[in-house]
This record gives sequence, structure tokens and C-alpha cells, in this order.
Amino acid sequence: MIKLDNLTKAFATASGSILAADHINIAVDEGEICMLLGPSGCGKTTTLKMINRLIQPSSGKIYINGKDTDAYDPVELRRSIGYVIQQVGLFPNMTVEENICVVPRLLGWDKSKAHKRAAELLAMVNLDPALFLSRYPKELSGGQQQRIGVARALAADPPVLLMDEPFGAIDPINREVIQDEFRKLQRRLRKTVMFVSHDVDEAVKMADKIAIFRAGKLEQFDTPDNILAHPANDFIADFVGTDRTLKRLQLVKVVAAVEVTAPQISIDHSLEHATAIMNEHGGEFAIVIDDAGRPHAWLAAGGSHRDGTTVAARSADLPGTVTVDDDLRTAVSLMFRHAVSWLAVVDEAGRFRGCITQNGITRLLGETYRAPGAP
Amino acid sequence: MEVLDFIFGNLSVLADRTLEHLSIVGVAVGLAILTGVPIGIAITQNRRAADAVLYVASMIMTIPSIALFGVMIPVLSLVGHGIGYLPAVIAVLLYSQLPIIRNTYTAITNVDPALREAARGMGMTAIQRLARVEIPIALPVIMAGIRVAVVMNIGITAIAAYIGAGGLGTFISRGISQTDSRQLITGAIAVSLLAIVADYTLLWVQHVLTPRGTRG
Repeated sequence: MIKLDNLTKAFATASGSILAADHINIAVDEGEICMLLGPSGCGKTTTLKMINRLIQPSSGKIYINGKDTDAYDPVELRRSIGYVIQQVGLFPNMTVEENICVVPRLLGWDKSKAHKRAAELLAMVNLDPALFLSRYPKELSGGQQQRIGVARALAADPPVLLMDEPFGAIDPINREVIQDEFRKLQRRLRKTVMFVSHDVDEAVKMADKIAIFRAGKLEQFDTPDNILAHPANDFIADFVGTDRTLKRLQLVKVVAAVEVTAPQISIDHSLEHATAIMNEHGGEFAIVIDDAGRPHAWLAAGGSHRDGTTVAARSADLPGTVTVDDDLRTAVSLMFRHAVSWLAVVDEAGRFRGCITQNGITRLLGETYRAPGAP
Repeated sequence: MEVLDFIFGNLSVLADRTLEHLSIVGVAVGLAILTGVPIGIAITQNRRAADAVLYVASMIMTIPSIALFGVMIPVLSLVGHGIGYLPAVIAVLLYSQLPIIRNTYTAITNVDPALREAARGMGMTAIQRLARVEIPIALPVIMAGIRVAVVMNIGITAIAAYIGAGGLGTFISRGISQTDSRQLITGAIAVSLLAIVADYTLLWVQHVLTPRGTRG
């Protein structure tokens, strides 16, 4: 979808020419988010701006959908690519609607079609069209402004989006929210996105691919999990942080680590019956299930019991459950919070699906380290 | 009392002189807008050109008006207009350049670079960027320059009465030569009032032209 082929940019300075981008090769498939990541001055923004030719490459080619972008008129090219910048850049003299409709109007859409599109996009970024269409940018909060910025970039439904640290100036709480919203939106729209960031967590959260730059060179280009599990060199290992394995936790869903070894017993069972089941399974605990299949409590193995005691009398409350779609970071955090080494997992309907254990998670994360070719 | 009697006795003359005055300032500043705004925009493209143009415009401002009128007499005599309306208009046109060019230049260069980048990245041509973003945002400051030019030149035009351009300055020059304080005071008050009224009118125009989203 987007292919950078030996893309190079040399800037002439007083002390000679500097390579801001040095033979960059990246291929991003349709519908993927590629994060360009690196410290400031590493060439990530230069690379991004060469794609819509705000910066003219010194050499190398850019292909979008297989077509060489040099074949386009730069103005036409830019109208077919969505562009979001950190400073948002909403035009203060225009209403929200006029801002969103800039590209559609440049492309010659008629007013009613553009108006409908603006309302549709506002709803898409979770702003009420009736309330916001006629407002001016200065009447909006920073988060609202960047939502409009994203809507404006999507206005003419371009297949490609370029985003230059779009959420960098938003406060951390709103940034999380807007990142999640954008992820949801992206799952529906399947744009091909080039996204500049210097925030490793943001990259791990959003990216399908990550390209890490240093001093104009592309150091590593891979999936987030591979970059975190197998950083290509010390610079990258350093850049993604010593806690990179912890960062991988948010890439893995609970469902991947679920074990179904724990025995299930009913709340109405007698303790003898429950003990028999547990002995048969050989686990250290059993999960007590209610009639609807929801995990209700847990029962420790061993321990003395008198005849006639029910499971209900001896079982303990579960410290908490996680759903199959949660990421492992949420699960581990919950484990640490309650000082437990396992958690019950439920599906969306709340039915018991199995357990995750700290050992299981450790094993799972270890697997890719032992993958072929790993150091 | 004498002054009031004079004013009410010469209302129609006063009105004629006011119109003459306005015609000189209006035509000259109008032409100055047509030249100064494009020049102000053009020099945003080149720093050295901007410095040179603003330097020349500032130099013109330092020439005393009475000297400028004097210099123009022999030059414009060649085309038969050494005195009167034409030199007055040319002088006002020249004096208006600095505030208009400088404010246009400053306003356009002060447009937030992020807006320029967004406009460029979205596929606006240079002309579209100027027409849809830069000029609308710069308009209040450009208008402020025009206001300065108008108010300042209402004063300068009063002096143009000495080269026979007419206008409210006629009352002042006659008042001096005839030691007639009634005419002198009438002229002075009329020129001041005209300047104040013009200033407020243009302030209102400036407000109307300011895009709603950028109003304070």
C-alpha cells in the first residue's frame, strides 16, 4: 500500500550535508498502522513529510497503491492523503464544519454533500454534530480540537493518513481516551496510517508495524511484539526501555494465556464430592460455578472437612476476574493488586472460561524468546 | 459664540470642504490599499526585499509634508498639475504606504506556521492559502494599518490647502493669513472631528471584517 524505496533526504548545512533520512525502506500493507518512532531529530518527521511531498526527497521513490507519487501533482497528491499534525492547525476563521469541509470543497463537492459528510464525521469522532458544526475552534478544548483535526483529515475518505505526533499535545488522560477512540475508528475504517511518535507506549498500543529511527537511519522495522522481544541492537533495547517485556503484556490478550486445568465444581456440591473432583484433577484449587456458568468463588485443595459441610461454607470469594479480551497487562496488574498468582477468566457473557496463572504468562512470553533465530 | 455663528452661516461651504477633504483622503488611501496590500504580501516571500521596501516606506514618512508638496510642484508642473488635487492625492498615497505595507507584512508573517503547514498539507495552492486562510486571519491587522493611514492623512491633507487642493485646510490657511480666529478654529475642529469619526467608522468596519472565530 505504502512503499518507501531507498528514500533519502540530504539537507545542506554550514558544516556540510546532513542525511535526515538515509535510504529508508519500509512497506506498509493496506489497513495497517505503521509507527515511525525515534528520538527527536532522527528523521521520522522528515520521512513522513516526504510522503505527501511537503519535503522533496533527494533520492528514492514512494509508491502508494503501487503508483509512484512523483507521477502526481503535489497539490492533487496532498488532497488524496489525510494529514494530522500535533498543533492541530484548525483554521480559526472557519467553523468546525468549514474546517472539516476544506478538502471536500477543494475537490469540488457540492455544499449539501459536504455538510452531510461533516455531520457524519463529527458523530464518528464522538462529538454531537448539532452542537459542534457551527462552533469555532477557539470554543473547543484541546482534545475536541484534535478530534476535529482527525475528522478533517478523514473528510474526503482518503485511503492513506499521515499523522505527525497527533496526540502529543493532549493531556495524558484525554490522550488515552482519544487513542482508544482512534483505534476503534481504525478497526472500522482500515486506513493505511503512517504515524509519527516518540512515545514507545503509544507505538506499542497503536501499531501494526514499528519503524525505529536513529540519526536518519532506519534501525529496525518489525511488529511491536518482535521489536520488544528481539530488539535488533542496544540502541533499540535502550529506546524501548528496560521494561520492554512488561510492555509486551499489553500486546497479548488474556485468551492466549488461558489454561483450562482448574476443575469446576458446583456451589451445591457437598465438600466430599468437591474434594473427590479436585483430587482427580490434582489442582491446588477449584472454581465454584453458579447455575449460569459464572465463576462464583474458589475452593482451596486439602484442608480438613467435616461430613455434611457444603462447598458454599468453605469457599472464598474470587479476588476479581478478567475477560478474554483484556490484555495481559490488565490481568497482571490485577494479580499484583490482590497479591494472587492466578485469576479466573470469563467471556463477554460472564461465563467461566478458565484461569490464567503467573507461571502460564511467564511461559507464554518466554516462548517467543526461544523462537527460532532468537538470540 | 462668534465661531458658532460662522459655522452656521457657512454650513454649505463647510460641507463642500469636508467632501473635498474626504475625496482626497478616500481616493489616495483607496489607491494605497490597492498597492500596499499586494506589496505587503509579496515581500513576505523574501526577507531582504521586505527590509528594503519597509526601509524606503519609512524614509518617505520622514519627509515633512510641506517639503513633499514643494518638491512635487516642479515635477508635476510638467504635466500641468503642479498644484491642486493631484499632488495632494500623490502625497497621501505615499504617506499611506508605510502603515499599510508594514501591517500587511506583519500580519501575514505572524500567521501561525502550523496553519500554513496544515493548509499546505491538505492540498491548498499558494493562492488558496492566501485567500482562505492567511488574508482572513490577517485582515484585522491590515485594517488597523488602514485606519492609521486614514487618520494620519486627514491631518496631512489639511496642509494640502497651501497648494490649492481645497479641503478643510482652506479654513485654517485663510484663518492664519486673515488673522480670523473664527475660520481657524472652525477648520481645526472640523479636521479633528473628521479624524475621530473616520477612526470610529473604520474601527467598526474592522470589527465586521474580523472573522467571528478570531474575534477577541
